Amino acid sequence: MSQDQHLNLTLTCHAKPGEGPGAMRFLLVEDNAQLAAAVLDRLAHDGHVVDHAADLETAGDFVATTDYDLILLDIMLPDGDGRSFLNAQRARGATTPVIVLTARSEVSDRVGALDMGADDYISKPFDFAELEARCRAVLRRRAGTATNRIRFGNAAFDPLAGTLTVEGRAITLRNRELRLLEVFFAAPGQIIPKPKLVDRLFSYDEDVSENAIEVYVGRLRRHLEGSEVSIVTVRGLGYRLAVP
Amino acid sequence: MRLTFGTRPSIRRRLTLQLLTSAAVLAVVLFLIVSGFARQIGAESQDRILSASVASILDAVSVASGDVTVDIPYSAFTMLDNANDDRVFYRILQDGAVLTGYDDLPETTPGFATLPYRNETLRVVTATRRLSVDGAPIEIAVTVGQTRDAQAETLQRISRMAVYLGLGFFAASAVLAVLAGQVTAGSLRRLAGSVSRRGPQDLRPVEAEMPSEMQPLVRSLNSLIGRLSTALNRTEDFIAEAAHRVRTPLATVRAHAENTLRRVDKEENRRSLREMIRAIDESSRAAGQLLDHAMVALRADQLELEPADLNALTGELVDRLRPVAELKDMEIRFAQGQTGPVMGDAILIQNAVRNLLDNAIKYAPPETRIEVSISQDGAFARLMIRDQGIGFPQADATPLTGRFARGDNASGVVGSGLGLTIADEVARAHDGHLEMHNNEGGPGACVTLSFPLR
Repeated sequence: MSQDQHLNLTLTCHAKPGEGPGAMRFLLVEDNAQLAAAVLDRLAHDGHVVDHAADLETAGDFVATTDYDLILLDIMLPDGDGRSFLNAQRARGATTPVIVLTARSEVSDRVGALDMGADDYISKPFDFAELEARCRAVLRRRAGTATNRIRFGNAAFDPLAGTLTVEGRAITLRNRELRLLEVFFAAPGQIIPKPKLVDRLFSYDEDVSENAIEVYVGRLRRHLEGSEVSIVTVRGLGYRLAVP
Repeated sequence: MRLTFGTRPSIRRRLTLQLLTSAAVLAVVLFLIVSGFARQIGAESQDRILSASVASILDAVSVASGDVTVDIPYSAFTMLDNANDDRVFYRILQDGAVLTGYDDLPETTPGFATLPYRNETLRVVTATRRLSVDGAPIEIAVTVGQTRDAQAETLQRISRMAVYLGLGFFAASAVLAVLAGQVTAGSLRRLAGSVSRRGPQDLRPVEAEMPSEMQPLVRSLNSLIGRLSTALNRTEDFIAEAAHRVRTPLATVRAHAENTLRRVDKEENRRSLREMIRAIDESSRAAGQLLDHAMVALRADQLELEPADLNALTGELVDRLRPVAELKDMEIRFAQGQTGPVMGDAILIQNAVRNLLDNAIKYAPPETRIEVSISQDGAFARLMIRDQGIGFPQADATPLTGRFARGDNASGVVGSGLGLTIADEVARAHDGHLEMHNNEGGPGACVTLSFPLR
């Protein structure tokens, strides 16, 4: 089974229990239990399925039996260097995308990880928004033409490609619009408070007021014009995606 | 430290000088011995001939019927002939009275003497013989003298030869002395060469063939290299380990704080959590930059110059930072330029560029554009990063390259004040430079990094 077919299959398999739209299967290889717990928590919260391996041996067992959409790989592990695992994976022809998590200095590690076939790397401590952005970028590169659409009426949203199609008219969304729409499309009908949206969209060193979110909601509303979907303001509480 | 010849002692020069001095002394001694020996031989042979001449004259003295007759043999004078026509003087005395010969010859005693005579120097030999004439004893004394022109000339000739010999000896010794100096200094130079030719990260022991006298030096040099290499490796490992130890727990705390923030609704709790995350970002950025800075300093000290493709490494970096820029809906445009490879450490250069791009992403507002372009400017490859952000607070941004220096307008953005320091240090280590100014006629900063082409 080719990587594209596999991705396509996993991404469109929405009916699986516990997996929401856009859900993916991750393998996290990380020996620090607390950090792993936090990452697992976050990814699960976003509706993904995550397996956790605390060492390379366990990771080897996992990849031998399961096809993952993405592997998050730490470099310094108790039973070896994550890069040798990566090397071995690539040597045996496995093409699952890998994002290396490194706690080491960029100045000494950079070349090694990318040369050994990692698709990207991220330095600890990382921003979940950056991790998601990197995962998205890697998957987008790997997926090619694979589609992963969430459809409500005449509006279809492809979070990987970042496109919104309304009545056959495709709009390429900017990154913040995309992330905002992703929040709404993941929870149709639910009231989403403004502060949550602020957290999703802005980094922590930006001093933004909750009103800043209105600009982006306004843009999404313009994009959604003519669709059967709308973003409704719930006074004093937040916003809600109204679907047919 | 630089060694300047002329002000510091040179082994080669000292050795050559010493050898030349001994050669000169030996040449003079050689000259003195040869000319002295020649003088002695010359004098001895003249004395022998004079003695033979005297003896043959004495031999010819006879007593016949009470009269003393001397029939001087012809050979007595021909044996003294030579090419220089040295003049011969003789005198025969009978009991002190001149019998025949030059009566103005000075008084002599039996034996050899050197006398002044008629403005010349005369070598004379006197010998006596007792005869009995009618029962009465008489004493005949014969003196033969000869000027020393021939001997002087021979001596001069031999002395000239001795001078040539001495000079020849000195010349040959001088050549040998210079060669010896070069051979000795040569092995030192070879050692220095085998150390200085190697790249800065080549810390293998010296293995050049060296004379036994230099083995202790080579051994201590190798031991020093060994210790240096261990120390450098330890420092690098330490920095890597320190980064790991600091970043992993920070990552844990940050991740948990972010997860908690998602679940908390109360506004004041949310505010504290945000503050926490900001503080974590601040400390992790400071720690990361400090360690990066240490690593950059370490690598810059032992800079390995290799051709690096500025277009390729910038392109790779731009691709990597694009997802981060997109989080702020920022666009990074990258225009490659026609330029040859720069000589440098690709990792260091990339780190410098990365710091500048990080700054541009951090300090420029959302939905702006960052333009990265590469061009060639004379012997330099130039990388320019132009943003549409807040720019530098003052026209002269140079003070911002100081450690922990931050612009007055940078508050509110998490930063360590080391980014520009690192970029500046990398540029300097490569004999390049970092220039910073605000865009003309528009908002934003324009930062240029230049690296010399190979």
